[in-house]
Amino acid sequence: MAMPTSPGTDLLSPAAPQDTSLLSSPRPSVLPPDVDMSSPLMYGTPIRGTPARQRPDLGSVRKAPQVDLQSEQPVSDATVGSEPSGGQRLVIWGTDVNVNICKEKFQRFVQRFVDPTSTEDENAGLDLNEPLYSQKLEEISVVGDPVLNVNCRHLQSFDAELYRQLVSYPQEVIPTFDMAINDLFFDRFPDSFLEYQIQVRPYNALKTRNMRSLNPEDIDQLITISGMVIRTSQLIPEMQEAFFQCSICGASARVEVDRGRIAEPAACRHCNVSHSMALIHNRSLFSDKQMVKIQESPEDMPAGQTPHTIVVYAHNDLVDKVQPGDRINITGIYRAVPMRANPLQSSVKSVYKTHIDVIHFRKTDEKRLHGLDEDAEQKLFTEDRVQSLKELSLKPDVYERLASALAPSIYEHEDIKKGILLQLFGGSRKDFSQTGRGHFRAEVNILLCGDPGTSKSQLLQYVYNLVPRGQYTSGKGSSAVGLTAYVMKDPETRQLVLQTGALVLSDNGICCIDEFDKMSDNTRSVLHEVMEQQTLSIAKQHVILALPVSVPHRVRPSPCPSRTVSVPHRVLPSPCPLCLFLRFDLIFLMLDPQDEAYDRRLAHHLVSLYYHGEEQMEEEFLDMSVLKDYIAYARTYISPRLSEEASQALIEAYVDMRKIGSGRGMVSAYPRQLESLIRLSEAHAKVRFSERVETIDVEEAKRLHREALKQSATDPRTGFVDISILTTGMSATARKRKEEVAQALKKMIQTKARTPAMKYQQLLEELRAQSETAVTKELFDEALRALADEDYLTVTGKTVRLLA
Amino acid sequence: NFISFDLTNNRCVVIKSCFYMSHNNSTSGWEEKVVKFFKEQLKEKDARTAVPSLNDVPLHYLKPNSLVKFRCFIQDMFDPEFYMGAYETVDPSSKAKMMQCGKYKDVAECSVDFHSSNTVNAERQTFYCVPVPGESPYASESQGRVVPSTSYAPSRQKRSYEDDDDMDTHPQKQREPNSVGPQSPDNHHGNADCKRQETEAPSSQAASASHLDLNFPLPGEKGPSCLVKVYEDWDSFKLNDMLEVYGILSVSPVLSVLADEKETSSSLLDPTDSMETAAEQRVHCPPASLVPRLHLVHSQRLLHNNPLMPLTVMEQNTAFLSSTLSEMAAVRAELLTYFTHVLLGDTLAAEYLILHLISNVYNRRDVLPLGKFTLNLSGCPTVGSYTERLYHIIQQLVPSSFYLGMTLQNLNQMRLVPKKDYVANRLVSGALQVPKNTSLFLDETRLEQGQLDTAGVHNVTALGNLISWQKVDYDFNFHQMEFPCNVNVLVTSEGRSLLPSDCQIHLQPQIPPSQIEEYLSSLHVPSDSSSQVNKFRIFLGVARLLDYSISDEVTKSVEDDFVDMRKDDPQSVSAEDLHRMLVVARLLSLSLGQTTLCRDSWMRAKHIEMQRKTRVEQQKCVNGNEP
Repeated sequence: MAMPTSPGTDLLSPAAPQDTSLLSSPRPSVLPPDVDMSSPLMYGTPIRGTPARQRPDLGSVRKAPQVDLQSEQPVSDATVGSEPSGGQRLVIWGTDVNVNICKEKFQRFVQRFVDPTSTEDENAGLDLNEPLYSQKLEEISVVGDPVLNVNCRHLQSFDAELYRQLVSYPQEVIPTFDMAINDLFFDRFPDSFLEYQIQVRPYNALKTRNMRSLNPEDIDQLITISGMVIRTSQLIPEMQEAFFQCSICGASARVEVDRGRIAEPAACRHCNVSHSMALIHNRSLFSDKQMVKIQESPEDMPAGQTPHTIVVYAHNDLVDKVQPGDRINITGIYRAVPMRANPLQSSVKSVYKTHIDVIHFRKTDEKRLHGLDEDAEQKLFTEDRVQSLKELSLKPDVYERLASALAPSIYEHEDIKKGILLQLFGGSRKDFSQTGRGHFRAEVNILLCGDPGTSKSQLLQYVYNLVPRGQYTSGKGSSAVGLTAYVMKDPETRQLVLQTGALVLSDNGICCIDEFDKMSDNTRSVLHEVMEQQTLSIAKQHVILALPVSVPHRVRPSPCPSRTVSVPHRVLPSPCPLCLFLRFDLIFLMLDPQDEAYDRRLAHHLVSLYYHGEEQMEEEFLDMSVLKDYIAYARTYISPRLSEEASQALIEAYVDMRKIGSGRGMVSAYPRQLESLIRLSEAHAKVRFSERVETIDVEEAKRLHREALKQSATDPRTGFVDISILTTGMSATARKRKEEVAQALKKMIQTKARTPAMKYQQLLEELRAQSETAVTKELFDEALRALADEDYLTVTGKTVRLLA
Repeated sequence: NFISFDLTNNRCVVIKSCFYMSHNNSTSGWEEKVVKFFKEQLKEKDARTAVPSLNDVPLHYLKPNSLVKFRCFIQDMFDPEFYMGAYETVDPSSKAKMMQCGKYKDVAECSVDFHSSNTVNAERQTFYCVPVPGESPYASESQGRVVPSTSYAPSRQKRSYEDDDDMDTHPQKQREPNSVGPQSPDNHHGNADCKRQETEAPSSQAASASHLDLNFPLPGEKGPSCLVKVYEDWDSFKLNDMLEVYGILSVSPVLSVLADEKETSSSLLDPTDSMETAAEQRVHCPPASLVPRLHLVHSQRLLHNNPLMPLTVMEQNTAFLSSTLSEMAAVRAELLTYFTHVLLGDTLAAEYLILHLISNVYNRRDVLPLGKFTLNLSGCPTVGSYTERLYHIIQQLVPSSFYLGMTLQNLNQMRLVPKKDYVANRLVSGALQVPKNTSLFLDETRLEQGQLDTAGVHNVTALGNLISWQKVDYDFNFHQMEFPCNVNVLVTSEGRSLLPSDCQIHLQPQIPPSQIEEYLSSLHVPSDSSSQVNKFRIFLGVARLLDYSISDEVTKSVEDDFVDMRKDDPQSVSAEDLHRMLVVARLLSLSLGQTTLCRDSWMRAKHIEMQRKTRVEQQKCVNGNEP
């Protein structure tokens, strides 16, 4: 394939006799200009009144004449050998494409191709058992949008040879497709009116690759690459046809732009005055063009390198289709233009500028609006990888293995790691929108709290590094807008733009919030909606919107003041609203166990962490990348459903949990806990790559839930699990004060001791009168409750009754 | 094939080898031969030093198309570019065709036959390299010292390409052989051509530098920056690598002219014009006189930039290693005395300062960097610009360092984190983009009252992340990208630092506060090139690179110790303390030249940790408001 010619050559040596090169070269390298008209790919011929429209994305196709293979190019015979030998041997110069055969093949494809298993959005509402593209033609006739998007994967499965030609010679094959489709369309719908002729836009060329793997061999081929838009230029009007008018007689002439150059008429054809033709700008034809810069998506990049960028040109209606920040797949023709030679210089820069003329944009993140995020995680696994992952999933101890592979540098805390592991897998997505409850949250939220120096931050950092879309933020510095989104004026465009915060950015990832307790209440309240409904509403500057986000959270409050072991009652330092607490599926306390055996193991772990060779450590644990892939695979392909036994087990578990507290008027479980159990069991089934949630999954979920509760919500006096304890958090001094008040109250009651029943309000006032320091109503309630726990009295409504 | 290179005589006419090859039509394999040849030549003794270095020799003294070396730091990576690897030219007069080679060159000959089917396209990658940031004067100077100024040959820029070819294809016709070592001054001063270059080049450089930002990571840096073109295996290069690059210098003025032309012409019809903004053009095609191009032939990643140590990995240099190891303990004692003197008589602080200076992130366990040892030197006197003195003393000893006064203005206005500028399509550098083992000196005594703005908060967060995780999140506008780093951070402050640190030591001057100023003015600092200072430099450099291990026995006793300590008072020793003690023990052993931990070192590590902790406790009691 010859390189695209540059206008520079002509500039540089206009007198260079090009036919000499033709003689000495083994095959014609330069085309005599008069072959032009024999080009089979003529645009501009209106079909039944519908004007054709130039396709600047394809470049100057008209320059390709047909050559007869038999006479000139015996070399390429082999490639066309498969075609009927009796037919025409005419191919487009430089390629092995025969226009007529190509047309026929494509028409056959459109009329016959059926894809019964199609799941694409675009095909929604089409009959999958009818020829797909015929239906799309009908759609065009109704809607009048003359664009036909063709999935290359379909084309390949239908006719691999045609696909190969398309990828190798897009510049010639796509116009052929255009002709074919227009013939077909106007045969079927002779009366339809379109703005211009139908244009075929192939996408999803199988050569989908990342930017890094592009190489010089891809030039002039059809490629699909993925990336992120980082910059879009303003609209550039590109002249397609120049309009000249004679300043003497007023006669006009139109000249088409050829490869960026206009051949200005030297003399007026009408009056024969030379140099009289002047360009009239506003009667010339222009087409829209936009430069778009694409950058590699961060996931595709090797570590320690900076992302590559590439220039893309969008033409006509593709202009302004994408915005900076969009993640897109583009299909287009990769081009290289040599540096322009300067007529004053004796040398040229030997570097080509490369760009892509875009044919089709496809946003990869737009689907997320429909709540289907599985496709966004288009992580491609090789056969081997899938096989090894599946093998791993069959191991009986896969759960333990994965849990220990999580943050191996952090010692023990196995249950917490297991909890985090289940969070990474997440539950199954359930849709109850028909019954009016919308989506059920599938994400697991976890709260970690505990003593200082128990590597909570480190665990957060690890998770943040493990998941593809993790966000790490500290409660100390976060404000509500920093978490959600804010509207600001873009300094350049002066338009209002939505700047996204941590929660939005971690959509479909994990949002790690450190030092949760340092967050202001205001900020914390933002989390309510995100954590349960998994949406985010913003109302700012007259902009009201709700963004769907699905963010599991891992939040860790900073250490509660460490206490001595003699006080087993560890509660959170700052009272958090109960409703927020309930939204956490698992609440873990990270404690320093302080016993000798533990210390020894810890010391051993740390020493080996520091001094053992890398290899030794690697053997013990799974690789981080394996873990990553395992999670990604499970999240994408496995969505377990509850089995009958599992449902029964869940019901029992819930009833049991309710029972514990009900005897004493305490609530130990809410429906939310049941939902958590379901999610956790589903996640556990995912770990096993199982499509069914079995009893063992429920057992593990129960165990984990119990462990988490036991650690954080055990009533130290009774040993009972009480959820409300989490919210009545108080410090040691506050508790001491409470006990003092309780004792004072008891004494007072004993001294009075006239009636077994007293008025609540009266008692409070008496106590207040007696006490030196102020007794708040809350404190009084606490004291009463403490006495009730001692079975000294009971409180019913407004009366206090003495027992005994 | 006959390749006539005479490296030691510095007549490197590499490019022309391409011509030989293509003449003989054996386009395959010649590239490997060239590279192999160079590598072999460079292995030879003194060959390295014979190659002129771009770091020391002004650009206008260097011969274009000759082999030069450059000790540099990869600041940014540009997009790969496609070029004509081989192409055909047509002589306008004789119509003769000739194959030309485009490799290791920026410009193609005129009259290129664009339609030739023999054109071979190839790909290469461009890195934007700057001299190693923060390099101490001794490191850059003494590396220059070994290079003889061989390249004071007159520049041949004025010659046409025909001349060039002519001469190089007939090596015997070359001019006077340029002998190794400095040439006699008359020789080249007599050359009018050269004189012109000397007088003109610097002025033009100064003029153009004013509007061109060379994007050095640290403020106030200067030196040549360079576009290094890499032809193979570019994925193995990483951002922020320190390299020694051997390559062919290309300063063709054509490059600048082409760039200028671009800026002035704004024809809408030329598709190449709208592709790049003027800003991008300036960055990616700066004038070659200012930012020369270097076509890489051979490169070597530098483990350190200490000129007093051999470049190669320590193990291969057993002679050097054993001689230094035997002296380690003695040098350490000397250094300790010196630091005690500098730190106002505080031996413990001096001990910790040594440990800090030889610390090095030697491994990462998932997110946890191992071996870092950020020191917070609190209680620094504020008189007599003590912290600045201290910095200059450290700067004298380490190969690269940077002083950051934590003034409100610096924090609010300085760019610490590199940020991608999408308009110019480059990574705008920040002060935290430094090579590994740079000493970052944060001076908190300069803190002042005021409010941090958004940028300031980000900067402080970035510093915190750097200290805790040894990573910097580069700002790519739409996302952040994490780059691991390996920086020794020393924080000097009056009270406890606002930044996290691995270890805090409160300075206890043995000198009464009233006399500190006087003491400081009489502080004895050895001269820059004294043998003592050089010994210190080698000591710090070697200790950092030593391997280290721990035997099972010692592991056992460490475990026992830990359990015992916890038994006495569980509150006093946490896992974090053990982490720190292990690092201290490691650094202590290394500083003594021991590559395994022995019981003594462990006890000593424990001991100094205890001392330090008591001191911190005391300090807490003194200042009630300390957290």
